[in-house]
Amino acid sequence: MDVQITLIVDGAERSLTVDTRTTLLDALRDRLAVTSPKKGCDHGQCGSCTVLLEGRRVTSCLVLAVAQDGADVTTAQGLGEGEQLHPMQEAFLDRDGFQCGFCTPGQVCSAVGMLREAAQGHPSHVTADAGAPVELTDEEIRERMSGNLCRCGAYVNIVAAIRDVTAKEAASTTGVAAPAPKGSAGS
Amino acid sequence: MKPFEYRRAEDPADAVAAVAGEPDAMFLAGGTNLVDHLKLGIANPDLLVDISRLPLNGVEELPDGRVRIGATVRNSDLAAHPLIRERYRVLSQALLAGASGQLRNMATTGGNLLQRTRCLYFQDVTTPCNKREPGTGCSAIGGYTRNHAILGASEACVAVHPSDMAVAMAALDAEVVVRGPSGERNIPLAGFHRLPGDKPERDTVLEHGELVTAVLLPPATQSHSAYRKVRDRASYAFALVSVAAVVSMNGDGTIREVRMALGGVAHKPWRAERAEAILRGAQASEENFRRAAEAELESASALGDNAFKIPMARNTMVAVLREVTGGISNV
Repeated sequence: MDVQITLIVDGAERSLTVDTRTTLLDALRDRLAVTSPKKGCDHGQCGSCTVLLEGRRVTSCLVLAVAQDGADVTTAQGLGEGEQLHPMQEAFLDRDGFQCGFCTPGQVCSAVGMLREAAQGHPSHVTADAGAPVELTDEEIRERMSGNLCRCGAYVNIVAAIRDVTAKEAASTTGVAAPAPKGSAGS
Repeated sequence: MKPFEYRRAEDPADAVAAVAGEPDAMFLAGGTNLVDHLKLGIANPDLLVDISRLPLNGVEELPDGRVRIGATVRNSDLAAHPLIRERYRVLSQALLAGASGQLRNMATTGGNLLQRTRCLYFQDVTTPCNKREPGTGCSAIGGYTRNHAILGASEACVAVHPSDMAVAMAALDAEVVVRGPSGERNIPLAGFHRLPGDKPERDTVLEHGELVTAVLLPPATQSHSAYRKVRDRASYAFALVSVAAVVSMNGDGTIREVRMALGGVAHKPWRAERAEAILRGAQASEENFRRAAEAELESASALGDNAFKIPMARNTMVAVLREVTGGISNV
């Protein structure tokens, strides 16, 4: 059963007709040729289809497109400004945060969404109950990124890339320079 | 996937009428479980009624001190809500132990209660399953049973309920507010989910067309609470065993009030009433914790691969009781 919907995808309004069974992931990839979200498991378990839906990270394979009429969707493709990569994408490059790269668009979207959640004070399973602002330790980053699977063993550099971005953001808000060593190996 | 009609509900009454009027209609909220079931062929509705944009997404304190959680509040928002973090720590902990960041951003309070078992035979439509297709048999019995029930199972079904959130809510004595074609009713959470008996296809006591609109938490008391989840990896896995406990103490080291529930062990969040009865008024001691846990598990039976869950449940109960009573050592 076909339904006409509109999505704001990476800043552009896109109208399309979808069968009610179409997931947001399939609408993006197969109907709108936005192929940065990847289809991995297609059951919400691997995170490679992660996009920002109304600013929040979700697995687009478990979202029906018809239910998102009018929604704002940002994919890894739309994170940067034109040719300018998003700082998280730069950090993934600097740190070699990927090998085959299949999971990377989802990892990057998830990392960006995760930083927003932490900035809003959202706790995680490993957060102490103090109620203090969330400090993104490696343990916090790993827990918060656990919905994204990578089978090529690049976990360490993914954590390092995210840590770089948090360090830069902390430096820019406090005015204290905290230069991340460019191109150095992950710890 | 079978074709289906989609419509967005205008208000709760419209949603209830739409589903009640169509035998093969279902409510759609976050979709994290339902959309997966559409793909797997487990759910085959003719109509989906989308309730995700209804104004049921608030968390508010009522004048009598209870807290009302709307059915479409996202799991991530509920876990982070100041009222929940400050007064119902066990619930926040349970929510954060479940699923992943992406899924918690979509999953809702009502949907979490209504999520279905992850029994692999239930999820594999090529195998017989009494829960999915009544009367076809149970493939788990005699099959791979590592993740299955040790309490309250039947010959028809040995599946476990997968929710973390509901286990904490059971220990908190929560109530589920339900709206149906003939009005509203409140159901104690402990009586919301069913044991399988000979009707394992019915997960809950809900009738067709009944919509979960909210969960009510009783006023918070001076108590200590904790949720502990034991799983195969550090994050993003269902519970092998989990324990939620809410305990208040007397000044003399005895337990005034205790409510405890287990996850990963039964067809429903398992309220540990036998253990509670032993602990109420008793000294908070290692010996009493162990005695209470063993009494609770007296009726437990293993299926083979899941025999480890019995000592694991006992040890986790003792560990959580030790934590919430302030680290009592052997007395």
